[in-house]
This record gives sequence, structure tokens and C-alpha cells, in this order.
Amino acid sequence: MVLASIFESLSIQYYIVLSTILFVIGVIGVLIRKNAIILLMCIELMLNAVNLMLVAFSSYFGKADGQLFVFFIMVVAAAEATVGLSILVLIYRNTRSIDLGIFNKLKG
Amino acid sequence: MNVETIAYILGGLTIGSALMVILNTHPIRSILYLILTFFMISANYVLMNAQFLAIVNIIVYAGAIMVLFLFVLMMLNLSKDNEPRSTIMMKAAAVIAGGSLLTVFVASLKKAIVSKSIAINLNNNQGMVEVLGKELFSTYILPFEISSVLFIAAIVGAVVLAKREKNIL
Repeated sequence: MVLASIFESLSIQYYIVLSTILFVIGVIGVLIRKNAIILLMCIELMLNAVNLMLVAFSSYFGKADGQLFVFFIMVVAAAEATVGLSILVLIYRNTRSIDLGIFNKLKG
Repeated sequence: MNVETIAYILGGLTIGSALMVILNTHPIRSILYLILTFFMISANYVLMNAQFLAIVNIIVYAGAIMVLFLFVLMMLNLSKDNEPRSTIMMKAAAVIAGGSLLTVFVASLKKAIVSKSIAINLNNNQGMVEVLGKELFSTYILPFEISSVLFIAAIVGAVVLAKREKNIL
């Protein structure tokens, strides 16, 4: 079923502000949490905020290109989550902690 | 209830559940709220006529990536007690930095679009799988194939990293 365009009654600015707020929540989450898993989740949240804005513009201009970019962002997000989590498991195995302060040891 | 009110309510719920992700101290609750956020974002996609992407978002994010996160978190056996904490100074600095970023973004993007939406008079079916598939397999066929190479690299990387080695570090 195809609905009528939402932008008949709503301006694009609403979605710009919404996705910007989501992105900033992700940024603040990266800065205030010390848990490495939460950090990866906040990165996913930021990627989703970008996806939301891409879909909004795609729908606004009536072109499919923005939605295809979202597909590629999802591919990158899935690859990033896989590798990031396996690095995290490896760090936990060696140090028994996922505190981000542990990464100080990388300085040598 | 008109569609505008629904959009505002959905936006409020999205922001609320996203805030709960970063404010909750329990990691598992945090993940569950993130799944809720993804469902809310999918609802926003449906509202914007991107139905196929809404379904893909639920399948890929809530179904695959977040289950992976939940699985790893449960395997690591963390609890609220050994959750690492940051200082109040750090939190204040983070909120100030994020607030400034939000102000700059909103101020610069607020008046970005001057042209009216051209999708209103169109037959608005670009979110359907037929249109997206045709576009993906004609214009974007090269990036599509390259992304499969990226996936292979990610699979190999995950297997190599997760393999247990005795003399590491």
C-alpha cells in the first residue's frame, strides 16, 4: 500500500531536527559511557540517525538513491559490529574487563 | 488524529528511547531500549513511504546486529556492579560538547531546503522493493558487489580474531 506523502503536512525540517537530535544522543553516549559495548551501540545509533535523514531526503525528493545508500550503510554497520565485537571478546579474554580505560595499554 | 500528530508522537518516543539507551546503567536494558529505538525508526520509515527499508531495518538491526550484541553481552557475564563509571566532570563536558554540536547542526541545517517537495504530486512508490531492486542492480551494481567483498573480509576477520591463541599478548 502506498500512503500519501507525509511532506504534504509536515516540513523536512522536522526530520532534520529529529535525526540531528538522535545523532547528538549517540555522540553524548560515546563520550559519557566507559563500557565498550555501549560505545559500539552508540555508533549504531549514530548510523541510524544518518539513515533516517537519508530516507527523509529520499522521500522528500521522490528519488530512490538515498534509500540505496541506507543499504550500503547497513552493510558497513553489520561488518563493523562483527569485527568490533570479536575484538571486544578478545580483549575481555585477556583482561577480564571491557572498560575503555584498558585501551590505554595500547600505548605500550 | 492526523498524520502530523502521529509523526510528532513517534519522534518523541524515538528520542525518549534513545535517551534511555545512554542513561541506563544496566547494559542489557540499554540494548533492549536500543532495539525499541530501531523499531521506532522503522515506524518513521513507514511514515515516509520506505516500507521495504522499514522491514529490512527490523530484520538486519533488531534481528541480527542487536542479537549479536545481546549474545556477546550475556557471554561476557557483566553486571551493574562492574560497570565502569566516568566522572561527573566528564559527563558535564560531554553534555556541553553535544549541546554545542546540536546547536551548530540545527542552526546550519534549519534553512537548508528552500525548494518545495516534488514528491507530493508524484505517484510516490519509490520505497517499494521493485523500484529499489531495479535501481540497485543497474546503477549501483558495482558498489553492491564491492560490499560483498567487504562482508567476506569481515567474516574472515571475525573468525581469525575469535580463534583462541595461547601466546597472544
